[in-house]
Amino acid sequence: MQDSVESENLEEIAKKVRRSIVKMTYEAKSGHPGGSLSATEILTYLYFKELKIDPANPNWPDRDRFVLSKGHATPALYSILAMRGFFDQSLLHGFRRISSLLQGHVVNHVPGVDITAGSLGQGLSNAVGLALAARIDNKSYRVFVMIGDGESDEGSIWEAALSAAHLKLSNLIVFLDRNMIQLDGFTEEILTLGDLEAKFRSFGWSAITIDGHSFNEIEKALKWAKSEVGPKMIIARTVKGKGVKFMENNPEYHGKPAPNEEKLNEALRDIEGM
Amino acid sequence: MMMSDELYWLPELINKLEKKSVREAYGNTLVSVGADKNVVVLDADLSTSTQTSMFQKKYPDRFFNVGISENNMMGMASGLSWTGKRVFVSSFAIFATGRAYDFVRQSVCYADSDVRIVATHAGLTVGEDGATHQMLEDIGLMSGLPRMRVLVPADALETEQIVRYVYENRGPFYVRLSREKVPVVHDSESFNFGKAETIVDGDDVTIIATGILAMAAKIAASHLKQKGISARVLNMSTIKPIDRGAIIKAARDTGRILTAEEHSIYNGLGSRVSEVVSESYPVLVKRLGVNDMFGESGKSWELMDKYGLNPMGIVNSVEEITKVTK
Repeated sequence: MQDSVESENLEEIAKKVRRSIVKMTYEAKSGHPGGSLSATEILTYLYFKELKIDPANPNWPDRDRFVLSKGHATPALYSILAMRGFFDQSLLHGFRRISSLLQGHVVNHVPGVDITAGSLGQGLSNAVGLALAARIDNKSYRVFVMIGDGESDEGSIWEAALSAAHLKLSNLIVFLDRNMIQLDGFTEEILTLGDLEAKFRSFGWSAITIDGHSFNEIEKALKWAKSEVGPKMIIARTVKGKGVKFMENNPEYHGKPAPNEEKLNEALRDIEGM
Repeated sequence: MMMSDELYWLPELINKLEKKSVREAYGNTLVSVGADKNVVVLDADLSTSTQTSMFQKKYPDRFFNVGISENNMMGMASGLSWTGKRVFVSSFAIFATGRAYDFVRQSVCYADSDVRIVATHAGLTVGEDGATHQMLEDIGLMSGLPRMRVLVPADALETEQIVRYVYENRGPFYVRLSREKVPVVHDSESFNFGKAETIVDGDDVTIIATGILAMAAKIAASHLKQKGISARVLNMSTIKPIDRGAIIKAARDTGRILTAEEHSIYNGLGSRVSEVVSESYPVLVKRLGVNDMFGESGKSWELMDKYGLNPMGIVNSVEEITKVTK
């Protein structure tokens, strides 16, 4: 079920994912490269090293679940699912196009996708339900989630956070993609989120902060998660647009692809040189 | 001849009628279908009102009170459903459909989750709590959602049948219940999903009613009969998908239609019926409901009388439209 992949190999896979993100959004002339590039290492690690999943049997009842609550990071997730063999890579060319499988935001009719998301602040509640079901059924699968920092403006994130702690859901492991940028600008200028690690701790979660672009730290965080009781929050400090210089830390590229072929090639060269 | 004061719920009519609680009917049926280990019930701090507490007592391990967080409740319900659970969620209609609308739209309907929303305290008959808690727009909100099926039982027996139906079938469903005990319309099981039920046959006018107004229509029809007007009464307990055939037949046979509901005249039963009629067999349709207003505090049946949602309101509306030539 689980591929064994060395971490040097992970670096290479992450580069492929980044290239795919940039190309998919360029081809579609729309989409969200910034928050996909910031999430790349985490999603790569989960899908190539951590999740107990079976691409030949995507609905295997005992599989680990993954919820992309920041459902606009589809370029990253779809690229990875295709690379893992859940569906044919050629489908990536249809991303965001009419009558295609791959919608702009994540939908559960895509093989390998557990939960539909896109309207922010809902995936974490969905994940609480999934994690609770494991307890009811006495199953050992885990539920991994990625939420955004901008997404954490939504009050429902905090409703779900209360529930997860109240229910002591030890099988719930959440990554918060702390890239400091949302659609309109910098998170702390739009709505101060402050010390998210402390906030989640005060809600009854175990929480740590890591470098979300370091496979080493992601691996250590997941080991840490196994030793903690209750829901786990891994605040992943990331760079929005990571790997493409003109997109990095630039709110403009939250929801805008490389504007022309020259910029596309520049982006691909940047990724190659990472 | 029936006296006209017998066409108001108060002071006497409502006390003369046998009444039963639809909420208790829900709670009892939930306990019954709960024998299935896949049934999971969520409530948002209203379980003693919605009567999901009955399920909690019997199956505490499959009941979850999420606190006052309706959005989170809908999201959790969706997650649970994707592991094979047959999920029921309950709250008041105002919160289940209004507060949680986007979660119902995205996490329940767009995600195509196997979730049944059974909401209580719909409409004016919430009573003393007033407008903040009197949901009059929920049929519209829920009917507009792709995949959602919308059901409004007329009485306790029909509630039992409907709750059993939504348990046996894959969601999403919205079931709308009242706080008040409601008059008994049925002495035997009659619910047929997607089908209007003919309570009274007639050929001068058709009254299409839902929920509590089904009983009001039945009473109104017997009064109208004494005045020489033959009224057909249809109980429309499935609002979506609506029984087009029965509506078109009513239009063809009786030439005039009155709709009656404890809901806004916008986007509810009246609107659905008007859509079918105007597309397929245009005749005069009058909608009896709450006329683009919020409710207010008061005793339930006092409010129903004040807003004309009683047999008298139906008789007056029928007389108005039967004056118009077919």
